[in-house]
Amino acid sequence: MSKLSLRGLSKIYDNHVQAVRDLDLDVEGGEFVSLLGPSGCGKTTTLQMIAGFVPPTTGTIMFEGQDVTRVAPEKRDMGVVFQSYALFPHMTIAQNIGFGLEMRRMKRLQLRDRVDEALAMVRLSGLEDRYPSQLSGGQRQRVAIARVLAIRPRVMLLDEPMSNLDAKLRGEMHVELRALQRRLGITTILVTHDQVEAMTMSDRVAVMTKGGIAQLGSPEEVYDKPTSEFAFRFLGHTNVVTGEIMSRNDRGLIVRVGSTSFSIENGKEHVGTEIKFLVRPERLRIGAADSGDAKGRISTRLFLGGVWLYEIDSDIGQIRVSAQNMGGEHPQEGETVGINWNAGDLLAIAAENANG
Amino acid sequence: MVKSNLRQSVAPWLLSMPAFVLFLGLLAVPMALTAILSFNAFDGMRGIQPGFSLTNYISILSDSYYHELFLRTGAMALGVTIICIIIGVPETLILARMRPSLQGIFLVVILGPLLISVVVRTLGWQILLSREGAVNSILLGLHLVNRPVQLLFSMTGVIIGLTHVLLPFIIIAIWTALQRLDGQVAHAAQSLGAGPLTTFRRVTLPQLLPGILSGAIIVFTLSASAFATPAIIGGRRVKVVTTAIYDEFLNSMNWPLGAAISVLLLIGIVFVVVGSNKLVERKFKQVFA
Repeated sequence: MSKLSLRGLSKIYDNHVQAVRDLDLDVEGGEFVSLLGPSGCGKTTTLQMIAGFVPPTTGTIMFEGQDVTRVAPEKRDMGVVFQSYALFPHMTIAQNIGFGLEMRRMKRLQLRDRVDEALAMVRLSGLEDRYPSQLSGGQRQRVAIARVLAIRPRVMLLDEPMSNLDAKLRGEMHVELRALQRRLGITTILVTHDQVEAMTMSDRVAVMTKGGIAQLGSPEEVYDKPTSEFAFRFLGHTNVVTGEIMSRNDRGLIVRVGSTSFSIENGKEHVGTEIKFLVRPERLRIGAADSGDAKGRISTRLFLGGVWLYEIDSDIGQIRVSAQNMGGEHPQEGETVGINWNAGDLLAIAAENANG
Repeated sequence: MVKSNLRQSVAPWLLSMPAFVLFLGLLAVPMALTAILSFNAFDGMRGIQPGFSLTNYISILSDSYYHELFLRTGAMALGVTIICIIIGVPETLILARMRPSLQGIFLVVILGPLLISVVVRTLGWQILLSREGAVNSILLGLHLVNRPVQLLFSMTGVIIGLTHVLLPFIIIAIWTALQRLDGQVAHAAQSLGAGPLTTFRRVTLPQLLPGILSGAIIVFTLSASAFATPAIIGGRRVKVVTTAIYDEFLNSMNWPLGAAISVLLLIGIVFVVVGSNKLVERKFKQVFA
C-alpha cells in the first residue's frame, strides 16, 4: 500500500482554467518525490490539493489507504513548508515551532523537549526567544522546516521552499534537507521549478507540464532517458541537431548526422526528409577538425570555472558543447574544431511531439 | 560645490514652506491663542480681562458638572470605538473575501458616509430617528416595541450617528493591515492542526491587532471631538464637551472658560492617543519590525 495515492486528480478553477488534468501519482513511505515543472504546470495546485487547501474538482486522494479527498487540512497531519515560510510574525521561534504541538494538546514539558529537538535538527538552538523578523532568510526557512518536523507529520510538503534563498545557501540546504529527510525517513513531496533542486534531493522526479505528469522516474532516468521532448528540454541544456534519413531497413531507419551514419528504431518518417535530434552539451566532445562527426567554428567561449562552454557554428546547426576544465590547452574562439558524439546520446524527436 | 550644497539644503525648506506657513497660521497660532485665552479671566459685566489666572481651570476641575461632562464624552467615544471594532472587523473580513468586482462597489458603500456633507447626513439621521421616523415605524410594525423609542436627543442616537460616519476609518485601517497579511500564514496554521476558529483567534486576529488599534485611536479621537452629530442629534439633552465649548463661546460669551475646556479636551485626547500608541509600540515592536 502506498503512503499517498492520487487517482485521476483534476482541478478546474472558477475561471475555467484547468490547472491539473487527470493526474495519477503513488508515493511510497519514506520516499522523496519532486513535482518539477515550469510555472503554470499545475504543480502547486497539486500540492495544495494534497494539503487540503484546494478541493479537487474530480479524483481522489488516498492517504495510507484512507480517502482524505474531503478531509479538512487541519485533520490531515501533513506538514507544509511554504515559499514565503509563513511563520507567525507575532510569535517567538519557540512558539512558532510549538504551535502544531499545542494544537495536538501536548503537555508543556514534552512540548519544550520537542521544540528543542526540532531546533537542534535545523541547527538553530539558542534562537527560541527571537521573533521571525529578527532572523535572516535562511534562518527563517530553517524555522519553517523545524515547525513541520516538530509535529512529526506523516507527509512533509515543500512548496518551492528554497526560491527565496541565494544560490550558495540553496545548495547547502539541498544537501542538508535531503540528509535530514533520509535520517528521519519522512515521506516528502517537493514542488519546484528548479531542475537541479529536484534532481539533487529526490528519489523520483515527476516532470509536469500542462496539468499532468509528462514523465516520472529517478533523476538519472528523467535526465538521461527522457521520454518526451518537453522533459528533455526542461531538465538541463539541450542542442537540436538536424539529420537526414538515408534509407530504411527491417530494424528501422538509417540516418546521417554530420558525417556519421547510424540506425535508429521505429522511425515512421520518409526517406530523404530531415529529422531532428536532441543532445546534451556534455555528451558532445570537441576534437580535431579533420576527424570529427561534424565540423564547426567556435563563436563564443565561456569559462565557468569547473567547465568550459563553447558555442559552435557547425554544419549541423548552432551547437553548445560543455567540457570539463581539466587544465591544459583549450580551443580558442574562431578556431575550427570537430564535434564528436556517441550515436546513443542523440534522441530523435518523434514526429508527434516535434511541435510540443 | 559649496554653492550647490547650499542650494540642496535650502531647497527642501523652501518647498515645505507653503505647508509650514499653512500649518503655522491655521493650526499652531489659533491653538496658541486659545491656550493664552484660557488663562484670561471673564467678568459678566466687563468681558474678557487680560492677565494670567488659573480660575477657569480650577472652576472646571472642581465642578462635578464638568466631571460628568468629560466622563459622558469619554464614555460616548469609547462606546462608538467599541461598536466600530465589533462591526468593523467582521465587515472588513467579509469585504476581503468578496469577488473583486463586488469589493469595489461595497468599498464605495462603506466610504459613502464620508462623501456626504455632515449636515445632510446628520439631518437624515434626525428624520430616521424621530418618533415618527422610519426606525420607530419598523420597530412598531414588527411589534418589537409598544411605543416609540426615544432615539433622537438621546445618547443612543448620538452613538448611532457617530458610528455610521466613523466606521469607514476603522475599516480602512483594518483593510490595510489585512492586505499586508500573507495568506500562507493562515494555511500554515491550518496544516499544523488549527481549525478555522483557532486559526482566526491565534493567528489572523493578532496580526490584525495593530490595524484595529490604530483605527480605534482615530475613531476615538474623532468621536470625542465631534461636534455636529452630538449637537444636532443629541441636542440640549445630551451635552458633551464640544457642545459645552460651543455654548460657552457663543451663548455665555465666556470665551476664556470655553478655551479652558477646549485645552482640557485636547490634553485628554492627546493623553489617550499617546498612551495607546505607547502600548501598541511596546507590544508589537519586535513583531512587525
